Amino acid sequence: MSNPALGLVMLGLIIVVIMMGFPTAFTLMGLGMMFGFYAFYEAGMPFLDNKIFDLMVQRAFGAMNNETLLSIPLFVLMGYVMERGALVDKMFTSVQLAFRRLPGSLAVTTLVICTFWGIASGLVGAVVVLMGVIAMRPMLNAGYDTRLAAGVITAGGTLGILIPPSVMIIVYAAVAGQSVVKLYAAAMFPGFFLAFLYLVYVIGWAILDPKVAPKLPADQMKAKIQPWVSHIATQYNPNMLFALGKSLLSPAGAVGGAATQLSLSWFKLFKSFLMALVPVALAATLLGATWWYVVIHSQKDNVEAAQAQVTAKAAASKKALEPLAAKTVSEGVQLPPGAGGVQEPPASGGVQEPPSSGGVQAPPGSNDVQAPPGAEPDAKAAALEKDEPLVDMNAGAETSDAPKTESVPESFYTGFWMACAIFALLLVWYYKNFDAEQYEILSMLVVSVMPLTILTFVVLGVILFGLTTATESAAVGAAGAFLMAWQAKSLNFKKIKEAVFLTAKTTSMVCWLFVGSALFSAVFAILGGQRLVETWVLAMDLSPIQFMLLSQAIIFVLGWPLEWTEIIVIFVPIFLPLLSHFGIDPMLWAVLVFVNLQAAFLSPPVAMSAFYLKGVSPPHVTINQIFAGMMPYMFIVIICMVLMYIWPGLTLWLPKYLYGG
Amino acid sequence: MTVQKFLHGIDGFNTWVGKAFAWLIVVLMLVVVIEVFKRYALNAPTAWVFDVNNMLYGTLFMMGGAYTLSQDGHVRGDFLYGNFKPRTQATIDIVMYFIFFIPGILALTWAGWTYFGDSLAIREQTFNADPLPLYPFKFMIPVAGVSVMLQGIAEIVRCAVCIQTGEWTPRLKDAQESDVVAQQLEGSDSVDDAAKQLAIESSKGLKS
Repeated sequence: MSNPALGLVMLGLIIVVIMMGFPTAFTLMGLGMMFGFYAFYEAGMPFLDNKIFDLMVQRAFGAMNNETLLSIPLFVLMGYVMERGALVDKMFTSVQLAFRRLPGSLAVTTLVICTFWGIASGLVGAVVVLMGVIAMRPMLNAGYDTRLAAGVITAGGTLGILIPPSVMIIVYAAVAGQSVVKLYAAAMFPGFFLAFLYLVYVIGWAILDPKVAPKLPADQMKAKIQPWVSHIATQYNPNMLFALGKSLLSPAGAVGGAATQLSLSWFKLFKSFLMALVPVALAATLLGATWWYVVIHSQKDNVEAAQAQVTAKAAASKKALEPLAAKTVSEGVQLPPGAGGVQEPPASGGVQEPPSSGGVQAPPGSNDVQAPPGAEPDAKAAALEKDEPLVDMNAGAETSDAPKTESVPESFYTGFWMACAIFALLLVWYYKNFDAEQYEILSMLVVSVMPLTILTFVVLGVILFGLTTATESAAVGAAGAFLMAWQAKSLNFKKIKEAVFLTAKTTSMVCWLFVGSALFSAVFAILGGQRLVETWVLAMDLSPIQFMLLSQAIIFVLGWPLEWTEIIVIFVPIFLPLLSHFGIDPMLWAVLVFVNLQAAFLSPPVAMSAFYLKGVSPPHVTINQIFAGMMPYMFIVIICMVLMYIWPGLTLWLPKYLYGG
Repeated sequence: MTVQKFLHGIDGFNTWVGKAFAWLIVVLMLVVVIEVFKRYALNAPTAWVFDVNNMLYGTLFMMGGAYTLSQDGHVRGDFLYGNFKPRTQATIDIVMYFIFFIPGILALTWAGWTYFGDSLAIREQTFNADPLPLYPFKFMIPVAGVSVMLQGIAEIVRCAVCIQTGEWTPRLKDAQESDVVAQQLEGSDSVDDAAKQLAIESSKGLKS
């Protein structure tokens, strides 16, 4: 048998053996070992001199030295700590109160919580089971349509694996040799866009057919008001913002007199006043961060580009021995986004920047080799960056035509001031109706949802805006998760231990699989199987769109029986070299794969989440109702993929804007 | 019973080793956080920190391999396998252990040993301004190979027992991903007890 044919036998064999259910990491290792031994075999050679042994250990050591995979344990740890530290049912109650006036409010809340908690938790099953008891029963009790209730839970539960920071994206980046940060940026909009499409579907259905999502009874729509809050509201002003402000100035009415048993102190009033101002603070940091990034930070890069070249070269030479040196972006010495990676010709700094904006505020010239983009704004940045991605969505129309690392166009300024005005109007409108109940809802939201949200956005923001590398953000995020959980008093040593051990197990699982697949794909290439596949596909003479459909269809079908880990480490590498033949952007293809796997997870009859949900639902809910509820979301995912294909900017704009090129 | 003891002895040993190395993740987190602070706030980066990060991460996952295996934590295609009877599962597994696992891990251990030997002979160091010795890190490959092999032997015995009795020997209790359901529901007052029990029951053994 010829070697390439042997390669295909190997590929066929791996599918069969994986289906048999043996741990995939060892299957890959064993198969790669045997076929590799044959490929390297020469007559008369001593058994142990076979080159396969060298290849094997080099691949293993490569995985141990892989800087992309390095961030996996940190992100996994962050996820485990967050999912143990955040209090889901409190989040559910407070978000539900906040959204109570929306049609289908319970379903919307479920989707929101699933998305946020899914970001933290990598375990789709746990999200589904938990939401199955926390959200499914209230929805059914409120008279929601079973299909609607089941659909939002199952669809929402799988969203987390798509929205960064997701381990799936890191593994993909390691397999494909792409930059994690760029892939994160690329997956950002499609992920939230998909969540948005789900929302539109749920709300739309509830509006068109109010029977499926009846309004909640009035007593469930009321937030509990604590006695001291109502006391202050009656004492000073029905509007809590004014009431708290006044009580600070003249605390006598709140602290002394008849109110002593409420045990209020001036300090508590002050804290409550700050709590009431949180929306203002959020809006201000949001706008401030946008301003800082677009006007100050990104412009500084242009000036710094020259120095950045030095940094880049230092980084490159440092890593010169590393085969993966090209991925310096995800590595220690951070390149400012404008420098666009090591490969950029030195001239680019000058070319990009027509210094129309007046030689933009020269940065402190004393930057030595290590100076990251703005050492001093960094401490602030952690606090500032959190809502950055949102701003781009809210103010999308205005900022989307914003610069590609060139000087700031006029349109940004007009857009920015318009956004400011809109925010100001929203705040005024919000505070106009800021009664005691609103205040209670706000404080619940601040306590339960905000820490998780801020942490997520800080981590994402810091990665996306190139302030630190993925590894560093992951470590800071993990530490932040510990702080958050400690502050919420929801973490004890037992939970920490569990999170640590689970992290070790998950990391070992992913990385051993990576060791196996690295050996496997090396042997597959040596045998010539890869070349044979390429010749075949090219001989089929497909158009790019046909190839796109074919490859995605194959991945969709594989997504039924296989886990995402197996698909990404074994099958994705086979398609990757073909992309350039068809002129398909590898980043776009990657994100399509991520979204595609969502559809595979939602497709009956193999979707496990349906069975998990069935397990915790009341007996009258049938598995067919759950499947019927899931189906529409599968079509939404497919629509989302079509839109992404028609409109590649959805995926590619953000990485281009942030990292250039 | 003695077989049981033997199995749990190996399981326990590898679990203990794996858990000990698991704490490296906390060390890794702290090292990176401190380095972030030093680099961005104090502008005083440390040259060898990348190498240390790599070594911590590499050691963590290599030494966790046997622990993960002892908890059946390595991903497998559950699609058909999950529906087989235990005896069929064990038969498949035992065959696969002999065909794929043993040759693969033996090769890894042997190759890792020579790899480490070469590195030790030249006292290899990292390529860095402040070099660190590299051979202890490479030593982790054969060590991990041996521990995974040991666990593999235990798994083979486990399969053999299962083929005889038709039932899987229980594994050691350990933190499970699905524990989070119980933990989240513990403090919840909006879910009644019956529903809590149901959810905790049905979340047992969740894998994906």
